[in-house]
Amino acid sequence: MARQVTGMVERHGMGLWLTHLVMIAGVLVIFFPIWLAFVASTVTQPEIVRPPMPVWPGDRFVENYTAALFSGVNVPVLVMLGNSLIMAVGIAVGKIIISLLSAFAIVYFRFPARNLFFWLIFLTLMLPVEVRIVPTYEVIAGFRMLNSYSGLIFPLIASATATFLFRQFFLTVPDELAEAARVDGAGPMRFFWDILLPMSRTNIAALFVILFIYGWNQYLWPLLITTDPSMNTIVMGLKQMFPSGDDVADWPVIMATSILAMIPPVVVVISMQKLFIRGLVDSEK
Amino acid sequence: MATVTLDNIRKSFGTDEVIKGVSLDVADGEFIVIVGPSGCGKSTLLRMVAGLETITAGELRIGGTRANEREPMDRDIAMVFQNYALYPHMSVAQNMGYGLRIKGLPKAEVAAKVRAAAELLQLSELLERKPRQLSGGQRQRVAMGRAIVREPKVFLFDEPLSNLDAKLRVQMRLEIRELQAKLGITALYVTHDQVEAMTMADRMIVMNEGRAEQIGTPLDVYERPASLFAAQFIGSPSMNVIEAEGREDGMHVGDMLLPNPTGARGPVMLGLRPEHLVPAPDGPLALRVLLAEPLGANTLLHGMLAGGQNFTASLPGVHTTGGAEVLHLGIAPEKMHVFDKQTGRRLG
Repeated sequence: MARQVTGMVERHGMGLWLTHLVMIAGVLVIFFPIWLAFVASTVTQPEIVRPPMPVWPGDRFVENYTAALFSGVNVPVLVMLGNSLIMAVGIAVGKIIISLLSAFAIVYFRFPARNLFFWLIFLTLMLPVEVRIVPTYEVIAGFRMLNSYSGLIFPLIASATATFLFRQFFLTVPDELAEAARVDGAGPMRFFWDILLPMSRTNIAALFVILFIYGWNQYLWPLLITTDPSMNTIVMGLKQMFPSGDDVADWPVIMATSILAMIPPVVVVISMQKLFIRGLVDSEK
Repeated sequence: MATVTLDNIRKSFGTDEVIKGVSLDVADGEFIVIVGPSGCGKSTLLRMVAGLETITAGELRIGGTRANEREPMDRDIAMVFQNYALYPHMSVAQNMGYGLRIKGLPKAEVAAKVRAAAELLQLSELLERKPRQLSGGQRQRVAMGRAIVREPKVFLFDEPLSNLDAKLRVQMRLEIRELQAKLGITALYVTHDQVEAMTMADRMIVMNEGRAEQIGTPLDVYERPASLFAAQFIGSPSMNVIEAEGREDGMHVGDMLLPNPTGARGPVMLGLRPEHLVPAPDGPLALRVLLAEPLGANTLLHGMLAGGQNFTASLPGVHTTGGAEVLHLGIAPEKMHVFDKQTGRRLG
């Protein structure tokens, strides 16, 4: 290992090379399957099934991706991407709005059984979607929300995690700020909108990234409530492309779909990276 | 610009009474300092005037009208907080103009008022900065500016200088006082620092355990403290308090005999300010000096009286003492303070 360690993080000479080597190796290990998927999405079906497996991209990129986007296996991928986008954004935005408001209520208002409500919210952390899936289905079916965006979004919108996070953040905001706003004549919602919300900006961004990916990756719930293929989301649609029984799978198109399914979360993470890291690391006070 | 009247104001948290009836009449344009140790209720009192705490009993009148039930913004007050409470995401100008914007003033008017206030506080260069780019003193000024632009009837200050370093504090003390005098706005100022209280106040109110021990001008409180608490709280180093017995021929402190200016009889508490003691070869007080602290202009001599009581004298100039030197001190009778031993109230 490194001999010339001058600080906790800073390394020189061998240490520097070694750490980089390990990092590059790690990246390769993680990246290789993605690379294979990409390669598979650019070749023909016979090329995939014939050993050895190709490791360099073929010449069918445009054909395969066009096929995936506009016709797909069951539904065009473009439709599924759109569905997923609506669901993920809906869930992320809805969760943020609801948890901001409930955290605001819990921290800044004294109402009867305030703590009870907080703990009730907190308790739901222990109940993931899978546990309450049957009653939730019953409710959604009762509201005739099967095969609809509202059905996809609403059951997943309440978030104890986000509420808890915002509560913790609001608790670190000095009381004097709320009092100063009161003296300035700002009502509660004005204070929320003008002061609390801008101060939570980085937290909101960080949460948006996490929740967007959470929403994007939902599998079980969309699988249950969308029977109409045109309402399929990409993650479940991908699974349904897999052949069952003796069907022949169109692997290049499936792989192209996989690659396409990865792009939006990656774009969200990269575009919000700066805010995301700031939201996790420091808070502006 | 307004008078403020506190009429037997009380505050309880549950069964715990923290303000036990405070009455005060503040004249228009007066600068009142509320001073006391931490936990004496001074901040609570101020927050009740601001409307941030409800008033349990008693009446608060601002400008002659009852204000108990009014929201802070309707009381025509402005408050400066200890940690400034600036909105971190707003620029200096936005911070100062926020209250006016909420009131719905036109943008141009808000900007003009903010500019005028910034001019007054020498903040014109900083209007576009964010609070975190400012030094402590500048933040303090912005907090003041936010109070000024609203043109309130009453200024409320909650220990505004305690986060500043000593030198800046002296400077800001003067600035706040000048500004208040220039604007002629009634002010209530809470501090635990008796120097701030002495230097800034038109009148001060010394609080202890939810009660006003004394209300008066700083010199009043200094020269005629109404109680042992006020006597010891105001003045630095604090007043020597020793047990004494008043008799026909004077005050007996152990073997020492002092004059008896009030003619009090029986056991009393005698208060002697360190700076009022003068060296006198035939003086009645014999101080065995244990420690000398030369401050330059004067010297603090800590030691014990013959009876074993701790005692401090402050003498002008430099005094050096070698070991357990015994110093004889005297005091003018009119500078002696006599307090009831039981109640701690001033006698005579």
